[in-house]
Amino acid sequence: MSSDESEKGTPAPGEEHSSAERPEPGLEPASREAPGGDERVVSGKARKGMFGVEGYGDTSGFGGLRLPAYTPPPAERPYGGWFDQVADELHAALTERGVPTEALQQVTVDRGEITFYVRREHLVDVCRTLRDDPALRFELCSSVSGVDYGPDVPQRLHSVYHLTSMTYRRRIRLEVCVDVADPHVPSVVGVYPTADWQEREAWDMFGIVYDGHPALTRILMPDDWDGHPQRKDYPLGGIPVEYKGAEIPPPDQRRAYS
Amino acid sequence: MTTDTDRTPHHAQDHDGQPDPYASARETTEGRVYTVTGGDWDAVLEDATHDERIVINLGPQHPSTHGVLRLVLELEGETVTEARSVIGYLHTGIEKNTEYRNWTQGVTFVTRMDYLAPLFNETAYCLAVEKLLGVEAPRRAQVIRVLLMELNRISSHLVCLATGGMELGALTAMTSGFREREEVLHLLEFLTGLRMNHAFVRPGGVAQDLPEGYRERILDFIRVMDSRLPDYDKLLTGQTIWHKRLRGIGYLPLDGCLQLGITGPVLRSAGLPWDLRKVEPYLGYEEYEFDVPTATEADCFARYLLRVEEIHQSLRIVRQCLDKLEPGPVMVENKKIAWPARLTIGPDGLGNSLEHVRRIMGQSMEALIHHFKLVTEGFDVPAGQVYVPVESPRGELGYHVVSDGGTRPMRVHVREPSFVNLQAMPAMCEGGMVADVIAAVASLDPVMGGVDR
Repeated sequence: MSSDESEKGTPAPGEEHSSAERPEPGLEPASREAPGGDERVVSGKARKGMFGVEGYGDTSGFGGLRLPAYTPPPAERPYGGWFDQVADELHAALTERGVPTEALQQVTVDRGEITFYVRREHLVDVCRTLRDDPALRFELCSSVSGVDYGPDVPQRLHSVYHLTSMTYRRRIRLEVCVDVADPHVPSVVGVYPTADWQEREAWDMFGIVYDGHPALTRILMPDDWDGHPQRKDYPLGGIPVEYKGAEIPPPDQRRAYS
Repeated sequence: MTTDTDRTPHHAQDHDGQPDPYASARETTEGRVYTVTGGDWDAVLEDATHDERIVINLGPQHPSTHGVLRLVLELEGETVTEARSVIGYLHTGIEKNTEYRNWTQGVTFVTRMDYLAPLFNETAYCLAVEKLLGVEAPRRAQVIRVLLMELNRISSHLVCLATGGMELGALTAMTSGFREREEVLHLLEFLTGLRMNHAFVRPGGVAQDLPEGYRERILDFIRVMDSRLPDYDKLLTGQTIWHKRLRGIGYLPLDGCLQLGITGPVLRSAGLPWDLRKVEPYLGYEEYEFDVPTATEADCFARYLLRVEEIHQSLRIVRQCLDKLEPGPVMVENKKIAWPARLTIGPDGLGNSLEHVRRIMGQSMEALIHHFKLVTEGFDVPAGQVYVPVESPRGELGYHVVSDGGTRPMRVHVREPSFVNLQAMPAMCEGGMVADVIAAVASLDPVMGGVDR
């Protein structure tokens, strides 16, 4: 809220002297800064208020509600089940192949699935290790998908790989986070040829550039299309109404109950 | 008078300034002398054969490309030297659309992706949402889902046989395949209310219980299928033309399948019994008795046989479902997730039950608020991401669903088996005849609604 508004005596929701004023800062959620000064993986944006309306439009009094951005918590040992075994084998195999241990940024276990957040420089090495090591044997790359968490999130573009070990019947997830200004991820087509079209789709829809891909061209949209449609800031069209030039707003600008 | 440079021998040049290999020339004191030689017969022949190189465009509007699929084929005579596919003609942005609807409405979108296997899409999506929510559908709903999926598998395989046969010129295969599929669709209409795009499976269970008399209708259907399925063996399995069109065609061995990420009947035709219903059972598939047929020929004929056998196995599962259906709820008890209204058949078709309307309009303000909130806003799903695969008729159908804690998905990515399997088209077709391209694509059975999404 700008200063002239507070001079008028109508504080913004959640601000000082407003009806939704917080008594003291101790109720805020704990800071999610990682201890080592390393940036933590963020999967979602912070939210405030309700009904998607800010400022004077909010008559509900819920303007002071604040929800921090979701950060997947790092898992602590023991991970449980076969997760520890896979993590140990992966560490051993990576060391054996001379890949530094910083290749793995974070490990998260959530809802019975394990996610390895991988730094992009080492993605191909990690994939090759996972595929070739006799104790790991992730032969099948089930899926490659992009995720965009929206403009407010640092490293908002994620490239997600789901690997399947047919030998051991295990599934793991690799995730690489990149900035939208530098959306480069090495291609894993050399390790998993099945990633070819899936990386092309992620490039087409999210603009993630897979370096080393044999032919990174659009696949679902026309060749001369501008922009990457599944990005959260891709402009959506409204629907014109034949009455006083009105327009039904695009879905992301409608009042939403969230 | 000539200069020094003119005196040096040089070759005669044609219009382009290139020396003529068959008539070299040199300068002499008498003038320019040409030495004319004959052409090399092999070179002449090579030129002649290479004249047959053509690049043809097949599709996207073509009755034999299994949908709006465009193939660009480089041919040498009738031999395919290079094949590429162009997709995207049916892209409708379903994944993006789901991000602007609440979690329940997502079902209506995903059911329209692979329109020959709508119930698999619905179930996989709902399993993903349920995994994010940490709830499990009640047992009766799970059995109903299995029942519907197996019926759907039958109809999908029948379409594969029908269109695959039609593309190869076996029109009787088409008419009988679609006739049997119509039986399945009639049955699904009776059970769910719609022939396709059912939106019957919902997060937390299914929309409604099965109608009365479902058991008799399903038994009737099984009886019809049992009497008609042997006709396929009589019509196609022993038929000489069918053999000659399919045997040894579209060969893709196991290592090729694994590299290209192929799953489903194509992978099983190469000898690996990889069926998610067996290796990672979901919805209680471990309780059902059925076999996973495999073959080792890795060709189109093996895939045809596997699909017919899978229809028999699906019928086996449907029979077992009937015995497992015990009375009980078909939706989770949690009122924060379950659709508030009990749907009934009103005089104008499907609608909210009058009982429910009377309650929210006349008796309980809280019930009305609850109904309104759940229908307009939907329910929150805790932040996180899951990947849930199921075995669709075409292979591993995986849903990677991401939630940021809101009432709408952050991202719904579908690992579509049609999309991934279609990458194998060049490996199966290059080096073969152009007519075999059609057989190979038909044996992959891509559904373009799923490929393009």
